[in-house]
Amino acid sequence: MKKGLITLVLAVVAAIAVSPVCFLLAGMLMDNQELTECLAPVFSDGEGFVRWHIIPRYPTLQNLVELLLDAPEFFQMFWNSVKITVCILGGQLVFGMTAAWGLARYQFRGKKVVYMLFIVLMMMPFQVTMLSEYLVLDSLRLMDTLSAVILPGIFSTFPVFIMYRFFCSIPKSIIEAARIDGAGEFRIFLSMGLPLGSAGILSSLVLSFLECWNMIERPMLFLKSKELWPLSLFLPQIKAGRAGFAFCASLMAVLPAIFVFLSGQDYLEQGIASAAAKE
Amino acid sequence: MRKRERTGFWFVLPCLAGVMVFYLIPFADVIRRSFQKASGGGFAGMYNYVQVFGNRAFKLAAGNTLCFVAVCLPLLLLLSLTLALLLQHTAASKLFRSAYLMPLAVPAASMVLLWQLLFDNHGILNGILGQNVDWMNTDASFGVLVFSYIWKNLGYDVILWLAGLTAIPGNIYEAARVDGAGSAKCFWYITLPNIRPAAFTIVVLSLLNSFKVFREAYLVAGGYPQEKIYLLQHLFNNWFQELSVDKMAAGSVLLALAAAGFVLLLQKSWDREEEM
Repeated sequence: MKKGLITLVLAVVAAIAVSPVCFLLAGMLMDNQELTECLAPVFSDGEGFVRWHIIPRYPTLQNLVELLLDAPEFFQMFWNSVKITVCILGGQLVFGMTAAWGLARYQFRGKKVVYMLFIVLMMMPFQVTMLSEYLVLDSLRLMDTLSAVILPGIFSTFPVFIMYRFFCSIPKSIIEAARIDGAGEFRIFLSMGLPLGSAGILSSLVLSFLECWNMIERPMLFLKSKELWPLSLFLPQIKAGRAGFAFCASLMAVLPAIFVFLSGQDYLEQGIASAAAKE
Repeated sequence: MRKRERTGFWFVLPCLAGVMVFYLIPFADVIRRSFQKASGGGFAGMYNYVQVFGNRAFKLAAGNTLCFVAVCLPLLLLLSLTLALLLQHTAASKLFRSAYLMPLAVPAASMVLLWQLLFDNHGILNGILGQNVDWMNTDASFGVLVFSYIWKNLGYDVILWLAGLTAIPGNIYEAARVDGAGSAKCFWYITLPNIRPAAFTIVVLSLLNSFKVFREAYLVAGGYPQEKIYLLQHLFNNWFQELSVDKMAAGSVLLALAAAGFVLLLQKSWDREEEM
């Protein structure tokens, strides 16, 4: 009885959490006539309220096909999103991973200061750094290029922190053993640090991916030309009359994120949890 | 030994250089500018700061932001802790966790359309409630924002709580049960005191995440939304559009100080954890 009640409560909250995605899915499968009918109260100022069918009356992929075959601007922005995300993630792997390794496994003068600095930066809301980012991007003449969004993203210190926490948990004895066997420091990093810290690396990649794919503030402020915009800026611009198109585009933007989320959920959870409790 | 010390530094250097170029050095410039006149660049003393504090929009935005945090944070923490505790009593924990984390993966931009349909005057929510509330254009917009924030961050906080809860050694509970303590007593005397250090981290992280709610607010309602949800983030955005560098500089420094204060508190709690 008590167990049943608990499950019920959990299930209700779960349903609320997932419902928006189901809603998008239903919207994608509706034909235009059904959409117009359902949405009339909002978009054509009719009477009554929006009604929604969880299961479309006549499921169709018509709108999706239209989006995929007949919307070059969608592909442009999708491609922009991919470029931004891949570049930032790649950069974080090169710069963030080495920094995390250096902070986790070595002692050097000023290390504590650097670590504190990274933590403070990681916690700063974007609004704190937005003027300074603008100043440096402007002086480097990078405004209105994809680099304006990518470069500051690469040097975000949040991934460093996540990987640092995982690198710290590698037992010292393993590293010492490799050292005694005569492995060079960089070799140790590549052949011991990377495989043993892979959970942390994946955690930070999953978290960064979700962050980059959802990026709004930076592109909004630093990219003027529409053809450079990522998907996340494009979606809200779709006009109300094209509801079917908007549904498909929204869903296509969600899908990669959901895919990464589902396949990396364990790593995502570990990454989030690494802040709350010591490994 | 000295050589190895240098190796560590070399590992950190590339990243540190990037952080210097893109964040630190320009921020030093921002601090300098916050004491300068907007035109001409002469020394302005505290003038910009006084301007910011006297600004009506700033007072409105700061008040709203504080109010938002004061409402959201307790709500989110309580809800997520309850869920985390309940999750410990179910076999399908993983499935539920997936569901709660899902909103984290959904880009704010994809939700814009849904939020419009849900919260419109003739929207779905009014249809369900049988009422006629204009959610986005009255003070009810505040409720919409609170809901968005909780919807988005619930899973994140549940995972944080779960991490804290599983870190409590199970044998304490067993010992208490042998002594005849019920689940209420166990919660009050074991769970609550032991979860305190984790709780602090969770509070700070949730607080800093609350700044991202701007995305939803901005995408749904634009740069000048209903007055009750005009947040500091909107204000900064509008200053940026107007290129009010002087006000932005002073504002950034103030915001940075506030955030740094919270971070230092967080760091203290981590240090204490390490000592334990």
